[in-house]
Amino acid sequence: MRTAFITALQELAEHDDRVTLVVGDLGFGVVEPFAKRFPSRYVNPGVAEQNMTGIAAGMAMSGKVVFTYSIGNFPTLRCLEQIRNDVCYHSADVKIVSVGGGFSYGSLGMSHHATEDLAIMRALPRMTVVAPGDPVEAAAATRALAAMPGPAYLRLGRAGEPIVHQGPISFTIGKAITVREGTDVTLIATGGILEQAMVAADQLAARGVQTRVLSMHTIKPLDTDAVLKAASETGAIATLEEHSILGGLGGAVAEVLAEHAPWKIPFTRIGMDSTFVSKAGDQEYLRDMFGLSAPAVVNRLLALMDTSNR
Amino acid sequence: MTNLLNYPLTETSQFQDVAQRIRRHVLRMVNTARSSHIGTAYSMTDLLAVLYGSVLNIDPTQPDWPDRDRFILSKGHGCTALYASLAERGFFPLDWLETFYQNGSPLVGHTTHSHVPGVEVSTGSLGHGLSIASGMALAAQRDNRKHRVFVILSDGECDEGSTWEALLFAGHQKLDNLVAIVDYNKIQSLGRVEDVLDLEPMADKWRAARWAVREIDGHDITQIQDVFASLPFEPGKPNCVIAHTVKGKGVSFMENDLLWHYRSPDPDEYAKAMQELGE
Repeated sequence: MRTAFITALQELAEHDDRVTLVVGDLGFGVVEPFAKRFPSRYVNPGVAEQNMTGIAAGMAMSGKVVFTYSIGNFPTLRCLEQIRNDVCYHSADVKIVSVGGGFSYGSLGMSHHATEDLAIMRALPRMTVVAPGDPVEAAAATRALAAMPGPAYLRLGRAGEPIVHQGPISFTIGKAITVREGTDVTLIATGGILEQAMVAADQLAARGVQTRVLSMHTIKPLDTDAVLKAASETGAIATLEEHSILGGLGGAVAEVLAEHAPWKIPFTRIGMDSTFVSKAGDQEYLRDMFGLSAPAVVNRLLALMDTSNR
Repeated sequence: MTNLLNYPLTETSQFQDVAQRIRRHVLRMVNTARSSHIGTAYSMTDLLAVLYGSVLNIDPTQPDWPDRDRFILSKGHGCTALYASLAERGFFPLDWLETFYQNGSPLVGHTTHSHVPGVEVSTGSLGHGLSIASGMALAAQRDNRKHRVFVILSDGECDEGSTWEALLFAGHQKLDNLVAIVDYNKIQSLGRVEDVLDLEPMADKWRAARWAVREIDGHDITQIQDVFASLPFEPGKPNCVIAHTVKGKGVSFMENDLLWHYRSPDPDEYAKAMQELGE
C-alpha cells in the first residue's frame, strides 16, 4: 500500500505544485524518489512529530496541500493536539498518512501496533478517516483525498498486501465498495484485513452461505446507507478490523444500527480486544491471536447466523 | 487622541498613547468577563502597539491579502491585548470588545481566528505557535514571497518540547523571514520561571540553534522600534527578540505579581487601575 500511495502522490505532484510531503524522518526506500523529484516540496523536520504537524498546518494555511508521513502511531497519537487544534480547527489541508496500520509491524512490539488510531482520529471534528483495503484502494484514496479540501487521515498497511480488486474500482470518499454480493450475511471490513474477509466469504460459500462483503474504506463519514441496506437485505452483520473493537469501524457501524436500523439485527464486532500485546508476533500470528483470520471469522459468522435463526 | 487608525505611527508618544488605550480596553474586558490573564496581556502590550502601529504590513480592509505579514499569538491566553490591537487597527469594531468572553461572542477567552478578522491562527494550548509560524515561513521562503511571519511566545511555553522542535527546525532551515518574540516576563503559571524551570541562559539557547538574537527592554518604545527596523538581523538566520518585560506592566499593583495571572479587579482596584492608565 505504501508503494501505491507514494506512486499516486508523485503523479499528483507532477500536476499540482501545491502537493507537499512532510515526513517524520521515516520512509527509507519509499520517499526518496519524491524528495529527489520535488526537493522544494519535500520537508523532513526530523524526529519531531508535533513540529511536523504544526509545520504542515502552517504550510497548508499558506496554500499548500500537505501530506504528513510516518509510521504507526507517530503521526497521530504523538501529535494529537496539533492535529486537533492546528489542523482540524483551522480546516487545514493536511492529510496525515500512517504506514503500518494494525499489526503491520507486529513483531516490533506494542509501540508499533496502531490499534486505536481509527477511533481517536474519528472522534476529531472535521476529520475524514480512510483505511484502504488494498493497494488499488490506497492509490485511489490518495487521489481522492488530495482533491478533497480539509483534514484527513489515511491509514495504510505496509507493503506487499494482496490486490483484492482485480478490475477497476469506483472509489468515492464516504461510499463503501461492495466487493462481493450476498444475501445471507454482510461482512464489513476496513483496511488491509479486507483480504481475509474475502477468504472467509469463499469458505462460507463452500458451506452454502452467501456473504456480502463491503470494503468500508471510509470510516468517517461512514456510508450509513450501505450499512442500513445490508441490515434490510441480509440476515446479519459483522464488522472486521485490525483495530480495537472500541470506537473504530465496529463502533461506527454499531452506532448506525442502534439508532437507525428499523429492527434489531444480529450484529457482532470482530477486532482486537481493548488490550496490549506484550509478546512478539508477526501480522498473521497477531491476527490469529484475536480471531481476525479467515477461519475464525467464518466461525464467528456461523455463530452469529445461528443466533439469528434461534 | 491617537489610535492605530492613524497608521503608521511614528512618534514615541503616539505608541505610548495607543498602548495605554489597549491596556484600558483589556482592563474593561477582563473586568466584565471576570476572567483574568491581565498580567500576560500587559507584559506584551507595548510590543503589540509597535507591531500593529508601524511594523506589520497588513491591511484591515483585506485581512486575507496574500502578501500580508503574518502574526501569531502563540501565548493565546493573552488574547485580550491582541483583540484590542486588532480593533484599534480597524479589523473589527471596537464595540466587539465589550462582548469578550460573553456567551455567543466571537471573542473567545483564548485567541481564535474563527469569525475574528485579523487573527491568523487560533491558540490557547501552549507550544503550537512556533511550529505553525515556521511552516508559514518555510512556505514563503520556498515560494520566494517577501512577507514575514511574527510570533509572540511566552516564557512559560518555552517549557514545551514542541517549542524546541520548532526552534531547531527554523534554525536548520535558515528561516530569516521568521521573527520569534519571547515575552520574557519571568513569571509563569505557578511561580517565577527561574524557580519552576529555569530558561537561562535563554539567548544562548536560541543562538545555539542558529538564531540571530537581540535582547531589548520590551517596554521601551524606541528599543522595540529599532529592533524591528533592523530585521533581518543576519541573513540566513531566523530572528529572535528576547523582550525583557514586566508582568502586569502599566498598573503599579499588578506589576511583577503572579496573582494577576488569575485575579480580576474588584471595583476599587478597577478604578485605581483605570486612573493609572490615564482615564
